[in-house]
Amino acid sequence: MSAVIDSGRRAAVERAGARPAAAPAVPDAIGEPAWVRRALIGVALGFLTLFLFVPLVSVFVQALAKGVDVYWAALVQADALSALKLTLIAASVSVPLNLVFGVAAAWAIAKFDFRGKSVLLTLIDLPFSVSPVIAGLIYMLVFGLQGWCGEWLRDHDMKVVFAVPGIVLATVFVTFPFIARELIPLMQAQGQEQEEAARVLGASGWQILWRVTLPNVKWALLYGVILCNARAMGEFGAVSVVSGHIRGQTNTLPLHIEILYNDYQFAAAFAVASLLAGLALVTLVLKYIVERRMHASAEPEKSQ
Amino acid sequence: MSSHALLLRRHSVLPGFNLSLGFALLYLCFVVLIPLSAVFLKTFTASWDTFVATVTAPRVVASYRLTFGASLLAALVNGVFGLLVAWVLVRYRFAGKRIVDALVDLPFALPTAVAGIALTSLYAANGWIGSRLPFKVAYTPLGVFVALTFIGLPFVVRTVQPVLEDLQRELEEAAATLGASRLQTFAYVVFPALAPALLTGFALAFARALGEYGSVIFIAGNMPMISEITSLLIITKLEQYDYAGATAIAVVMLVSAFALLLLINLLQAWVRRRQGR
Repeated sequence: MSAVIDSGRRAAVERAGARPAAAPAVPDAIGEPAWVRRALIGVALGFLTLFLFVPLVSVFVQALAKGVDVYWAALVQADALSALKLTLIAASVSVPLNLVFGVAAAWAIAKFDFRGKSVLLTLIDLPFSVSPVIAGLIYMLVFGLQGWCGEWLRDHDMKVVFAVPGIVLATVFVTFPFIARELIPLMQAQGQEQEEAARVLGASGWQILWRVTLPNVKWALLYGVILCNARAMGEFGAVSVVSGHIRGQTNTLPLHIEILYNDYQFAAAFAVASLLAGLALVTLVLKYIVERRMHASAEPEKSQ
Repeated sequence: MSSHALLLRRHSVLPGFNLSLGFALLYLCFVVLIPLSAVFLKTFTASWDTFVATVTAPRVVASYRLTFGASLLAALVNGVFGLLVAWVLVRYRFAGKRIVDALVDLPFALPTAVAGIALTSLYAANGWIGSRLPFKVAYTPLGVFVALTFIGLPFVVRTVQPVLEDLQRELEEAAATLGASRLQTFAYVVFPALAPALLTGFALAFARALGEYGSVIFIAGNMPMISEITSLLIITKLEQYDYAGATAIAVVMLVSAFALLLLINLLQAWVRRRQGR
């Protein structure tokens, strides 16, 4: 969703300028009494505990509920490994594709003025407002047996839906805007003076891209890749529609979790889920580090 | 360079315009626009009467009521608690604040299927939380609400937080000097400044909840007419090879989502104008 990106970008770009180096102590005139402060903190943390921390912890607890042996067996089971492989394939195709698209789109939008730019920006955001199930549905309509290319694909003995290509395509769709949305605002804010200077000094287009533009946006790029990868590995709805749920062939990790859970193999389901929860935690840590780096590189002179 | 490109854009010394824009447009068309147009073109192949009959069938209408109702309720709860969490994170200091701040994004990072099974097992009758409650949560519409609250949690926090950080303390000090109580200052000075961001966050959480699938289906119980969300109904129709029916319902959801997106954009444009940026 757009707010994933919005929040991330805002956190990085806006906080960079806004947050003072050290928060001053709250003056009494506009502070709340200590008991109010404590009560508000208590309620906020209570809410977060109930809705965030307990579910997160419960994943790991239930994964290990039947012991380490069951946990390990669930992870090395053949179906789990093939699901892991397919998840890695989907992510390793969709992230680079959307990375190339993001850089190309950001280069065109941020470095040039052309008609229809705002329309293009809106269209890039479009996949965020399409729900995952509908994202899967549209590929069924194009490549399914009743779809536009259905008969042609059947005649040429090719499968897209209920096969790996469909899963990859659905993943590409849902992760489509992530990297572009990180790069565009930053590259627009940076302007094109540095690139123009490089051009005047005789650099070619590719040299400008590799030596001037990309180094300037490397943290935003990494940030986009992290978010894109997390979504690619965790996507459920869109992939579920086009997968066909063939065990060992078209199951990704989230779909494998669903099958195990519906088979009442709870410990195994949570064991596989703990892998993805671990990935989510790594994503949050990386996000935190990269946000700090972006903060630092946005205003190096103000850092302590 | 073609003259067409020159007409399209203002002159620049930088190279690569045709290549980058061309690739971006081509990729956009193949990945997004052409597949998405299939939904609308497919709808046109059905007659108007069939379309209306499909999207107003009792079971479908019941699913709209649940999806929109639970999404609205979840977004409202997130509006209240999101504002509180943002306030606490910006204004107060407490142990572990940074970790809490980073973990607020967990619903963005955690795959929805994982959230779904975790919430279901917690709120089931024999779960950690469910066993302590006097009423059923899992496998009822209340379960749908719980899952959608989890999913929408970061939206309000992350839209309100930066605005609250930018808020000038002087305004509050002025209000206090003029004799306003702390509650009055919040109601008349702080809250109006936060309201647009709050509304945006609320709308984003609502929009996200409308399309949510993964976290809901585990906890909902998926009983027709009672706890079946619209996204699931689309999948059910697809599994019955009723592509036209699935597409008709999808169009209703897509149009609602686009209308909501338009509303959010208008809201943000209005706020920008009002703030004179």
